[in-house]
Formats: sequence, C-alpha cells, structure tokens
Amino acid sequence: MSRPDPYAPRGLALTLETAGAWLLAIVWIAPLAYAIWTAFHPQEFSTRFVWNAPLTLENFARVLEAAPFGRYMLNTFVYVTFVLACQLVLCTLAAYGFARYDFFGANVAFALVLAQLMIMPDVLIVENYRTMTKLDLVDTAPGIALPYVASAFGVFLLRQTFKSVPKELDDAARVEGASPLQTLWRVYIPLARPVYVAYALVSISYHWNNFLWPLIVTNSVEARPLTVGLQIFAGVDQGIDWSVICTATLISAAPLLVAFLMFQRQFVQSFMRAGIR
Amino acid sequence: MTRLSRHVTGWLLVLPAMAFLALFTHWPALATFIDSFWSTPKGRRPARFVGAENYQHMLSDPVFWKAAWNNLIFAIGTVPASIALALLMAVWVNDRLTGRTLLRMAYFTPTILPMIAVANIWLFFFTPDYGLLDQLRGLFGGQPWPWLGSAETALACVIVVAVWKEAGFFMIFYLAALQQISPTLGEAAALEGASRWTYFRRVQWPLLMPTTLFVFVNAAINAFRMVDHIFVLTHGGPDNATTLLLYYVYEVGFKFWDTAYAAALTMVLLIALALIAAVQFGVIERRAHYR
Repeated sequence: MSRPDPYAPRGLALTLETAGAWLLAIVWIAPLAYAIWTAFHPQEFSTRFVWNAPLTLENFARVLEAAPFGRYMLNTFVYVTFVLACQLVLCTLAAYGFARYDFFGANVAFALVLAQLMIMPDVLIVENYRTMTKLDLVDTAPGIALPYVASAFGVFLLRQTFKSVPKELDDAARVEGASPLQTLWRVYIPLARPVYVAYALVSISYHWNNFLWPLIVTNSVEARPLTVGLQIFAGVDQGIDWSVICTATLISAAPLLVAFLMFQRQFVQSFMRAGIR
Repeated sequence: MTRLSRHVTGWLLVLPAMAFLALFTHWPALATFIDSFWSTPKGRRPARFVGAENYQHMLSDPVFWKAAWNNLIFAIGTVPASIALALLMAVWVNDRLTGRTLLRMAYFTPTILPMIAVANIWLFFFTPDYGLLDQLRGLFGGQPWPWLGSAETALACVIVVAVWKEAGFFMIFYLAALQQISPTLGEAAALEGASRWTYFRRVQWPLLMPTTLFVFVNAAINAFRMVDHIFVLTHGGPDNATTLLLYYVYEVGFKFWDTAYAAALTMVLLIALALIAAVQFGVIERRAHYR
C-alpha cells in the first residue's frame, strides 16, 4: 500500500473533500456534543451557547435524585450479562453440532435457525408477551432476555468459524480420548476467540440499547433497563427540562460510549466481522 | 464414532438452541398466523374463530393504510439515503483525509448510542423557536416551524434521525470493501486516462455491488423494525403522520389490548420481511456470486 493512489484527491479537490467530510462529521457528532454541553452546564445555558458558561455537576445530582438510574443501570447490566452468557453457551453448542456433525435433519434444522435472521423477536412482541405471561416471567430479567438467547446470528457466525478449524486438530483430540465437549472446549473455543470478542461486543451494544421489548415486558423499577427508565423519566416526569434530560441521556449512554472510545478499533472491526457473513 | 452416536450427539448439541428458537421464534410466528383468525379474548369471553374478520377490519382501517403508507415512505426515505451517505463516508475515510480516525469515529458513534436516548436530543433540535434547528434558521431570518408538530415535516424528521443512526454502521462495510479493491486496478485505469468519476462508476461501484446489496437488505429490514425514536419524537402523531407498522402493532396490542387485530397486523410485517428475504435469496444470492 506504499504506492501512491493515482485517484487520491489533491489540491482544491482535497480541500473541498476535507471540508465536506468535516462538515458532515460535525453534523453527525452534534447531538452527542450538545448532550455533553448541556449536561455539564447550568440550566440557563441549556439552549444558549456561550463559550465561557460555567461548568457544573449539579445536573447529575438532580437526575440521580429524581430517578433510580443506579438501579436501572444495574438492571441493564444484569440483563445484558444474562443474555450474553446464555447466547455464548447455546450458540457454541449448536454451532459445533452444525459444523462438525452430519446428523439426520441437520439441513432442515439449520434452515429453521436461519429463519430467525428475518423473523426477529423484535417483531413478535404480542405472542412473546403472551408466552411470558404464561411462564410468569413478566417483569423479570429472564423475561427480557429469553427471546434473544438462541441467536441465529451467533450460531451462524460460530459455525462458520468452527468449520474453518482443521479437522486434524479435532481428530488428534479424539485419539487422545477427549469427549466431544472436551474437544470443543480445548480445540474450538480457544481458536475462535476473536470471533467471540466480536460477537460479545455486538450483542452487548444491541441489548444495552434495546428498548421496545423491555418496555413491553417490564413494569417496575426493579426490572426496568436504562432505556425504558430513561423514556419514562424524560417523557413523564420532567416536562421539558433539557439539562436534566440530556444528563439522563448521557448517563444511559455513558458506559457503552466510554468503552467504545477506549476500544474504538476493536468495536468497528467487531461490527464489521459480525456483519459480513 | 458410530453412526448412531453421530446423530445423537449432533442433535443433543443443537437441541437447547433449537428449543429456545421454537419457543420464541417459530411458535410465536405460527401463533400470530393462527390468532389472526380468532377474536380477542375479553374477560370471561374466550376467543372464537372469526375467519378473515380481522383482515377485513384491517382493510377498512384508515390508520392501517396510513401506517403502511408511512412505512413505505420511511423505507424509501431511509434506504437509499443511508446507502448513499454510507458510501460517501467510506470514500472520504478511505481517502486518507486529515484526521480520518476522528472522522470515522464521528460517523460511527451513532451506531453504539441508544436510539431512545439520542432521540431525546433530536427532540430538542426539532423544538420550535429555541431548538437548534430553528436557532440556526433564525440566523438567516427563518421563521420558527413546528418540525414534529406538523404533518408535513414530522415523517421527514423521523427519517432524518433514522438515517443519522444507521449510515455510519453501513459505512464500515463499504470501507472494508473499498480496502479490498486492488490498487493495481486504479493504476491501470489511470494509465488508460480514466477520470476519477469513470473509475468510480466502471470499477469501484461494480466491485462494491455485493456490499451494496448486503447493506440494502439490512436497511430494508431496519425500515420495518426501527421504531424506538417514534416513542420519543412523535408517538406516531400528529394525526398518525408518523405511525409505522410496528408502532401501530404496539399501540393496538399494548394500548388497546386488541391482540387478535395486532396479530393480523403483525402478519403484514412478517410478509414484508419474508418479501425482503425472498429478494435476498432469489436475486442477490444468484447475482452476487463474484464476491
């Protein structure tokens, strides 16, 4: 890649392109920039942008006093962890079965798995709510999590990865007397580590931000995740106090945002790896 | 390994995942179909078979038609715009402009922010008079305008937020694809004296086609399931101007508790998603074989 690209813009074209790219970037980052501005400035500056406006943390104190965001964050954390843990176990087992066992009906079963890539749980809210009522899981972390634990996407991604593992390694483990699960644990899972990281980042981002299903299936402070708590807080309790709304917004996005800023490359590559199938 | 143990072990491995899929995907999809032919049970009155009544009701329900139409406009508004912007961003980031890492970060950040959270900030941008948009327009002498409160502009605002949210996500796929294109192609085109536009149109764009189709399918799916921002920005209003199908399913199913009618509406969504799947497997898998 050291050779010069003959189509790289230069001169005026380069200036124009750089200006356009930065203008778009400013528009794209503006909502976040505004939220940060408003969260750290007193209320009277929430819609007035003066460069020397004083900084304050008072908005955070007001938000945490007005609504149980600590509890919401704990709920989100529990829900996200629960989903991811179940997904990793279920998808790993299924992916291994599909990748290495030519069992009766495997193709039909795999097609049934792929169906979920199109018919996502997001759309089946009415029937899934009925099921959760019957199982008595409404307003619990498993109630939010269970529709997502068997992730077709996870099965697909891991199956691709496991298929690329040399069969000889598998055979070698078998010769030494390893059972299927031991082989999976010692040979396949270590080799698939980057894929697990990618999948985990995508899953965490998705579920941290998930809203519609948690809104439907939770109805108490004890179960509500951040997204739902924020919606209730901003929609009902506050009227329009922008500094408080922006601060709450920032609080709900902060953990993921900080993680993204720290591991930016990792995130982008994970989403890319997860998307290209 | 004996043949029997191969079948048994294989099934045991996939069984847990299959069970959850059956319970929360296959069964609900089937149950949606069945329930759409029954009435909503109320109190002590159980559901009874009503044939196509829910569908007849749907055909005469102006809100359903409004939602379906809105959803079509939403798809037409978001899909091409997201693809075009994603491609533009990818080309810019790929061009090694000053601060390209920062640019990439700025474009990608909306992907990881919760839609429900950022919608609150967009709500401020669209606020009449002192919202950011009207403040900016005020500098040029523009009059305040109720962006979300007027049926003429509300859907457009909802579309803008959706495009903003997903363009940066699609950018990374174009970026990866652009970096896959061999630089020798550019050198050869330059030797032939092709302009940059010709190089893009004749070489890069055709090579990016599989990515474009992939992005197209994903953007189309999103057009039918992205409704979080409606909850914050408009609640479907004014006068159903921004009601999308999934949002209407939510309203009918969980505000009016008419679950049978909600099932019939869900069937429309499932058919829309099935059509997208048909496009993907019918057209794309056959055409895009050169990936």
